[in-house]
Amino acid sequence: MTQGTPSQGQSVSGAELRLDQVVKRYPGQKVPAVQSLSLTIPAGEIVAFVGPSGCGKTTSLKMINRLIEPTSGTILIDGNDIRQESATSLRRKIGYVIQGGSLFPHMTVATNVGVVPKMLGWDAARIAERTDELLDLVGLDPDRYRDRYPRELSGGQQQRVGVARGLAADPPVILMDEPFGAVDPITRQRLQDELISIQRELGKTIVCVTHDIDEAIKLGDRILILQEGARIAQYDTPENILAAPANDFVADFVGAGSTLKQLSLTRVRSLDLNQPTTARVGEEMGPVLARAEAAGDDEVVILDDRDRPVAWPWLRQMRNKTKVIGEPRENLVTLDEAATLNDALDTMLTAAHSKAIVTGDRDRYLGVLDFETVTEHMRSAEREAAENVENAEKAESAESIEDPAPTGEAGHG
Amino acid sequence: MWEFIRERWDLIGYNALQHANLVFQAVLVATVVAVALAVVVNKFRFLDPVANTLSAIGLTIPSFALVGLLLPLTKIGAMTAFICVAFYAALPILRNAVVGFSQVDETLIESARGMGMTELGILLRVRLPLAWPVIHAGVRTSVQMSMGVAAIAAYVLGPGLGGYIFTGLSQAGGANAVNYAVVGTVGIVIVALIADLLMLLLGRATISKGIRT
Repeated sequence: MTQGTPSQGQSVSGAELRLDQVVKRYPGQKVPAVQSLSLTIPAGEIVAFVGPSGCGKTTSLKMINRLIEPTSGTILIDGNDIRQESATSLRRKIGYVIQGGSLFPHMTVATNVGVVPKMLGWDAARIAERTDELLDLVGLDPDRYRDRYPRELSGGQQQRVGVARGLAADPPVILMDEPFGAVDPITRQRLQDELISIQRELGKTIVCVTHDIDEAIKLGDRILILQEGARIAQYDTPENILAAPANDFVADFVGAGSTLKQLSLTRVRSLDLNQPTTARVGEEMGPVLARAEAAGDDEVVILDDRDRPVAWPWLRQMRNKTKVIGEPRENLVTLDEAATLNDALDTMLTAAHSKAIVTGDRDRYLGVLDFETVTEHMRSAEREAAENVENAEKAESAESIEDPAPTGEAGHG
Repeated sequence: MWEFIRERWDLIGYNALQHANLVFQAVLVATVVAVALAVVVNKFRFLDPVANTLSAIGLTIPSFALVGLLLPLTKIGAMTAFICVAFYAALPILRNAVVGFSQVDETLIESARGMGMTELGILLRVRLPLAWPVIHAGVRTSVQMSMGVAAIAAYVLGPGLGGYIFTGLSQAGGANAVNYAVVGTVGIVIVALIADLLMLLLGRATISKGIRT
């Protein structure tokens, strides 16, 4: 029984993960490291565990694959208690990715990726095939990298191999402990984007521990913010957490500028685009001007024969010409539909029109995004999220974390 | 001198092989025992200083004295020689193995465990290969050292080239005394050099390219 169908209706190969009153108390410690943690992670979602250091987030993660045994409480994967089988056989069914990839330096890339499949008794041909497939998935050319040793790879590449290794035996649940903590910011951003797109393809259940709230916002379908003792401060979608922090702790942790952070949550494609007057290169000028005036537009988007925008002149610049002419495409700054609103605002602020042309696959023209649309979206998103949180508080008794249809959900797509 | 060697060539060759054989077997057994001990020490870290102290003390015992101590127990013969060589051979290997195991990055171990490796699997596929360069260096040192120890062990009529040295000593002033001593000593040096070369090749073959320095 898998609930929680993620946004795109993509295939879900993940399993639901449930923690029920899980406690970890170390001998000789007054306060338990984890005091009664209960939560449900729907199949196929990425949940980011965040919190200050020492809050018990890593301990909570490690209890899922029994690297740490809970003192009490139960953990269920797909409804089955994880203590039903031996720890080693459980772990072979759970991907584990840790900081820096933690590759075995004495093994080649291929051997590293094949560790779990080999333990599961796959034959060599199948392992080799799977290894190549995974290297390809994480963006490493198998022919080039398969036989290299970890020290011959950059940090980012090692991390990619680490992710491939975690995915090797196609586990339904993957645990990641600060997966991108050891790489530079630019590489980290790229790895995060790749993880999002891999996840869109595979639909695993991923638990990702991080101390970086921005990473949590970017990666998480949901975010679990933990306080000391792994007490849940808030467990919700990034949109709702940003719009309506449950308490001061969350507000402090999320930090200032949460509305700004929301900008990087939403993709341009989830907003309504304007459809101003367009014209083709080579068209007669007369009818074009008439169309534009009838529509009340001051400017016209000019497309080439493959629907790619090539120019964006004001009407007054066009009046003295007889035919529509294009310009070299490179001169026009456009915005990909997958860009975040953050990027969109950036583009608008530097453009002449305070608007931006949005393009899709192969630079095909989609429409124009204006400043008002963005601000209006932000305002309504915040309002809706606040309402959601309020409603959720009212319905607190139903403690299950059913999806409150978060506003910006499409923004993940 | 050449005359002396030519007359005894077969015997010298045989003794050289015996010498190498004694060292090889003793080091082999010593490696297995020392690595096994190091695994235990690595498991119980408080044993670490104990192991270090013991191997330090062990190395201070003159090999001649150990031969004397062993004599009442194991009688004159190859067995005494073997035990004596193996004892000394184990010490540098033990020390290196303890260091080698302790240098294995704990996060790698946890990562291996997190992927579902059994403890034995972790030992054989992670700990041992990663500690191997250091252990191998210990074995190599041990082989060199054992060449000399094996010479002393010849005192109890053990096999090898050491016998020539003792013969030379006992005949001091005699006609062939120097010849005996030189043949024994140079013979051991040559055997040691060959053994070292073989150890080097063994390292090439067994240390993963990913961690070779």
